[in-house]
Amino acid sequence: MSENLLEVKNLTKHFSLNTDLVSRLAGRTQTLKAVDGISFHIRQGETLGLVGESGCGKSTTGRLITRLVEPTAGEVKLRGEDMLDFSPKRMRQTRKNVQLVFQDPYSSLNPRKTIMQILSRPLEVHNLAKSWHEKRERVLELLNLVGLGSEHIDRYPHEFSGGQRQRVAIARGLSVNPELMIGDEPVSALDVSIQAQILNLFRELQEKFNLTYLFIAHDLSVIRHISDRVAVMYVGKIVESGPVATIFSDPQHPYTKALLAAVPEADPKKPPPRLILKGEVATPIDPPPGCRLQGRCPIATSICGEVSPELVTVDTDHQVACHHL
Amino acid sequence: MAEPVLEIDNLSVRFNLKRGVLRAVDGVSLSIHKGETFGLVGESGSGKTVTARSIMRLIPTPPGEIATGTVRFEGRDIYQMSDREIREIRGRQIAMVFQEPMSALNPVFTVGSQIGDVLRTNMGLSKAEARERTLEMLQLVGIPSPSSRIDSYVHEFSGGMRQRVMLAMALSCDPTFLIADEPTTALDVTIQATILELITSMIERFDMSLLFITHNLGVVAHACDTIGVMYASHLVELGSKEEVFANPQHPYTIGLLRSIPRLDVQEKFLTPIDGSVCDMMNPPQGCKFHPRCGQAMDVCRERVPELKELAPGHLAACHLHDQSSV
Repeated sequence: MSENLLEVKNLTKHFSLNTDLVSRLAGRTQTLKAVDGISFHIRQGETLGLVGESGCGKSTTGRLITRLVEPTAGEVKLRGEDMLDFSPKRMRQTRKNVQLVFQDPYSSLNPRKTIMQILSRPLEVHNLAKSWHEKRERVLELLNLVGLGSEHIDRYPHEFSGGQRQRVAIARGLSVNPELMIGDEPVSALDVSIQAQILNLFRELQEKFNLTYLFIAHDLSVIRHISDRVAVMYVGKIVESGPVATIFSDPQHPYTKALLAAVPEADPKKPPPRLILKGEVATPIDPPPGCRLQGRCPIATSICGEVSPELVTVDTDHQVACHHL
Repeated sequence: MAEPVLEIDNLSVRFNLKRGVLRAVDGVSLSIHKGETFGLVGESGSGKTVTARSIMRLIPTPPGEIATGTVRFEGRDIYQMSDREIREIRGRQIAMVFQEPMSALNPVFTVGSQIGDVLRTNMGLSKAEARERTLEMLQLVGIPSPSSRIDSYVHEFSGGMRQRVMLAMALSCDPTFLIADEPTTALDVTIQATILELITSMIERFDMSLLFITHNLGVVAHACDTIGVMYASHLVELGSKEEVFANPQHPYTIGLLRSIPRLDVQEKFLTPIDGSVCDMMNPPQGCKFHPRCGQAMDVCRERVPELKELAPGHLAACHLHDQSSV
């Protein structure tokens, strides 16, 4: 088994709300627990799919790992070294090992810069190319890798379609030879026929460069397709994680089961989407003690309202956080 | 067969823009019968929303223009009606639910006053009657304790609850026809499932017809009887849900179905459709799909294929099915 490239332990991000003096004196401050003590690892060369509904903390997790948002507590170990202890200088150097691709290629590319400028900037920042010629060569190579032509190099982002822009964003991530690529919903803004092209591109690049992916998405069929292992998040916590085939064929946590049952499959012969959970997603603001799913769960009992369930290993590499297994 | 409730015949909608003429809908014909649920599928910019809006006569003119075709609702031509007559239809007989409830509802009025307004204008109810009916509708669409929520503002509701409020408003005047334009696209999958179930149950309960617009093939596979597939302003395939999914005839439909990742098996690579959607300001000659089609022939570059019936009720617009050209 290959070693862990990334190991996240007890990662936590709490945002304080209503922190003005009056609210503090009146005791009205609140805590939004966006990410509340999650732990997971990603092995060299594999893809971990992080799935959950809006507001569950999956995007924040991606940003915490890159330290775009500073964690409240926890460890983010890249090859055994905790990045949260790094000096600003060391962190800047390390950033080239961990790259992010964002959801919306319309806002993640600067509209005033050409593709050449966009793609050569990371090379300048990290001193990866000296002369203009070297940069130009590398940018052409990158464009070729992501399936764009050399004629695109001096164009501006508005001249590209959504799928092509996402290719540029991927090329930018790739430009500094990262080990870990974090995709934060990188295909959810794209049409189905284009989405498949970009998913294939992620696969090809992974094979070519032995890349490791943290793939964040809400679409379960995308997660099923791209991941080797999956972690399911609900309101700041990981509720289940395991190999992709296990999670999809034998889910153990009531939330994972509900999520899978709710997906409408593009085949009328498949069972229609079903509802298992009642009510709405719980709030991460000052959540009550116990399991986050307690109010919606069909099998909740009194203990679920008192003790927060820990992730326990139920099978090889398969972990579930539920009192009722 | 009974007369269709809605009949769209050869509809073309153009937008005369500074940059040129945009043909948003080009020669679309379809009909929807009483109690039928029709799913109109297509990717962004394919013309599905413009088609839906032209039914309600909601295309802004100028720059929009209905270039050809007719839209008949219960036998009457929508575009021959007076403003007064169309107002009788909008909301009363045809109601619409939009994708973004936050922008479709007014943020500065309570939901009670907005739904009440609709009822007082369309049904001539008194203030008290309207409030009572609003409470009933909120209850019906599953808003918990409606009497405490009726005076809330839109921002106080979650995404799923807002969509319920929209549905309550749309259904408040007992329409016979509902147009739902991507009503679940902005929602999470578990919430989407509840809204789909709610729409389906409302359609049955009130014996309505439904035009459901979405880009999600999974949603139409379960929410609709009939499916129309649009590509670059054209309706390219039309048929029963069973037929279209089991036996797709247009290369675009086939490609679309193949490019969706599956939940039951994991394939290493997907089969995408090559290329990207054509520039609608400058579309190619002939079939709009030919630059992306693996089976394109000479005729595809010259002539736009017409919709032809290949099996009873199953139509596709593709030259591959021309007897003469094979």
